[in-house]
Amino acid sequence: MIQAIVFAPLLAALIAGLGNRMIGNTAAKAVTTAGLFLSCALSWPIFIGFVTGSAEAGVTPVLQWVQSGTLSFDWALRVDALTAVMLVVITTVSALVHLYSWGYMEEDPDQPRFFAYLSLFTFAMLMLVTADNLVQMFFGWEGVGLASYLLIGFWFKKPSACAAAIKAFVVNRVGDLGFMLGIFGTWLVFQTTSIPEILAAAPAMKGASTIGFLGARVDTMTVLCILLFIGAMGKSAQLGLHTWLPDAMEGPTPVSALIHAATMVTAGVFMVCRLSPMFEAAPVALAFVTVIGALTCFFAATVGTCQWDIKRVIAYSTCSQLGYMFFAAGVGAYGAAMFHLFTHAFFKALLFLGAGSVIHAMHHEQDMRYYGDLRRHIPITFWVMTAGTLAITGVGVIGVFGFAGFYSKDAILEAAFGSGTELGTLAFMLGSFAALLTSFYSWRLVFLTFFGKPRWAGSEHIQHAVHDEHHHADGAHGHDHADHGDGTAGYHPHESPWSMLVPILVLSVGAVFAGFVFNDTFINRESFWNGAIFYNEHLIHAMHHVPLWVKLTPGIVMLIGLFIAWNNYIRNPALPAAFVNNFRQLHAFVYNKWYFDELYHFLFVRPAFWLGRQFWKIGDIGIIDRFGPNGAAWVVARGSGYAQKVQSGYLYSYALIMLLGLVAAISWVMVK
Amino acid sequence: MIGIEHYVVVSSILFVLGVLGIFLNRKNVIVILMAIELILLAVNINLVAFSAFLGDLTGQIFAMFVLTVAAGEAAIGLAILVIYFRGRGSIAVDDVNRMRG
Repeated sequence: MIQAIVFAPLLAALIAGLGNRMIGNTAAKAVTTAGLFLSCALSWPIFIGFVTGSAEAGVTPVLQWVQSGTLSFDWALRVDALTAVMLVVITTVSALVHLYSWGYMEEDPDQPRFFAYLSLFTFAMLMLVTADNLVQMFFGWEGVGLASYLLIGFWFKKPSACAAAIKAFVVNRVGDLGFMLGIFGTWLVFQTTSIPEILAAAPAMKGASTIGFLGARVDTMTVLCILLFIGAMGKSAQLGLHTWLPDAMEGPTPVSALIHAATMVTAGVFMVCRLSPMFEAAPVALAFVTVIGALTCFFAATVGTCQWDIKRVIAYSTCSQLGYMFFAAGVGAYGAAMFHLFTHAFFKALLFLGAGSVIHAMHHEQDMRYYGDLRRHIPITFWVMTAGTLAITGVGVIGVFGFAGFYSKDAILEAAFGSGTELGTLAFMLGSFAALLTSFYSWRLVFLTFFGKPRWAGSEHIQHAVHDEHHHADGAHGHDHADHGDGTAGYHPHESPWSMLVPILVLSVGAVFAGFVFNDTFINRESFWNGAIFYNEHLIHAMHHVPLWVKLTPGIVMLIGLFIAWNNYIRNPALPAAFVNNFRQLHAFVYNKWYFDELYHFLFVRPAFWLGRQFWKIGDIGIIDRFGPNGAAWVVARGSGYAQKVQSGYLYSYALIMLLGLVAAISWVMVK
Repeated sequence: MIGIEHYVVVSSILFVLGVLGIFLNRKNVIVILMAIELILLAVNINLVAFSAFLGDLTGQIFAMFVLTVAAGEAAIGLAILVIYFRGRGSIAVDDVNRMRG
């Protein structure tokens, strides 16, 4: 059964990708979507089995892979509670994204290729989460990187999409180097790549040995865990290696939903949780994880408050939420991290697909400055987006009911505070402030998009759309379309087709209830995890006994954020501009994403280009070409020029040379 | 008294004249044919002279063969020249450079 879950998407991807135009759009879409729904349908029983406690963790061997000396690893599919959680997240979101793409990609000329990539992406991620050894995990890891590259650059005629795809690939490569070194180091230390064996041996290694790294002797486990975490930072877009994630918006919106909710960015969190006993043996590495997670959470939330592109806001929000998951893992609350991953998948996929629906309705306009008043025109999208926003901002009443994010985010913040360490407290404070910002930018998105007056007239996309429409309709009635005076420019947004609305509605059910239903299972039940992750009984106990103000903090900051957003964008829309004028430098700093891209451009991209240009101009053209092919050609040309001169064509000169040769030969024979 | 040396000297002079005629000639191809003829005659004189000197008839018979070949060569050479002149309108040696690389 697990084989079917993992390989159905691969099979579908192969059929759709290799069949392509031969089998046509509909067949390709049908086979990939069916494959994913099959996976999804098979995954839920496994998950429910683990929730009810009837399922047993196990490993299904597939194929022998490498057998070389003491190094041996096989293809095998591991299923335990952690994998089961990931399975339902991945297959559910992916299946719904497939369905959604029927509507969203309706007019695209390359649909089979798109669906094949989507399924391939899902397969790679499934391979990653079912990995029984680090090498197989690395296979999935790279497969995810490849598929994301293909999907981000799906519209390869757009230079910005190609640049974003390359950026994603290259930045991930930096993280992958860390991951690879981590795998090598793990094999060196443990003499195995099998995850269960490593995890069994890890606790005994805590502070037990040192290893030479970059010329210094450092604690073995710390080095290994930090290296592995660098891999996770790349995939999960943590501070420092996050720059690819916002640019990944260049891909089609369903891809963004898939990347941000289920596949790709969750891989890092999953890996840290999978290897949690190993990380527990390296307190320094855990502190590092906590700091990076908390900083990312804060950083991304600040940037999210200033962006105008609707997808970019949600992208930074993902980055920020991943920060929450990491610092939860950093303080030892792996269950809370996985829980947030689980709930986040639902509401983030919902927000992205909802944003896609808005973009669809607004004729591919993504700038929120040109939205406004859309709740009247696309009410279903409005309601589901509101549900997603309620979930991400964590609305709820303690002990009664809350949306998905309410439970998971509160659990993380309580765990951070409850861990009692200084870093935990720092993470709690940064996380709480980020929660305020999260609430602010999420509601800002909703208010800018769905409330206020229409501001569509300024958008070029809308003007194009209106122009085309009137062009067709002009003959019927001489309609004056120069100025409508209400900011709509005469455009009428339409609600998306049902193939797009159904996935969003399903996800909104998840966004509303996922937290409420599974809260207890993920956080409190050790029997659910049953050794799949490191379960810190002491921390869970501390979580439940944090002071009341800690429990109330997320709710209060959420309300403050909501109030600021309401005050700025509904009550007094002129306020943000005035604020920006007063704090011009602060705004520029945040708006430009803390100048990370500029810094990297200066530090890495330009030197790399410079070096490349040197190799090209001096090394390649100046030396290799000059003395290699060009040099040989030059010698031949010059030599034949001389030889040509000898070939005068005059018989007498040939005869003379023959005679001279003869004379020379005879004299030589005689002299000798 | 006319001895073998005289014959050899004459034939050498003729031979060198013939060779120079080939190399220094810039006029026309007929001169080359004539120069070749000279070389052959020089060889013939040598053959006949040595034949008489040594009392061996082989050299004289060989000279007859050479004359025959020379006659054939002249005939073929002139025939080629006529054809060549028809085609190119010139038999000047400096124009005959179609083999130039």
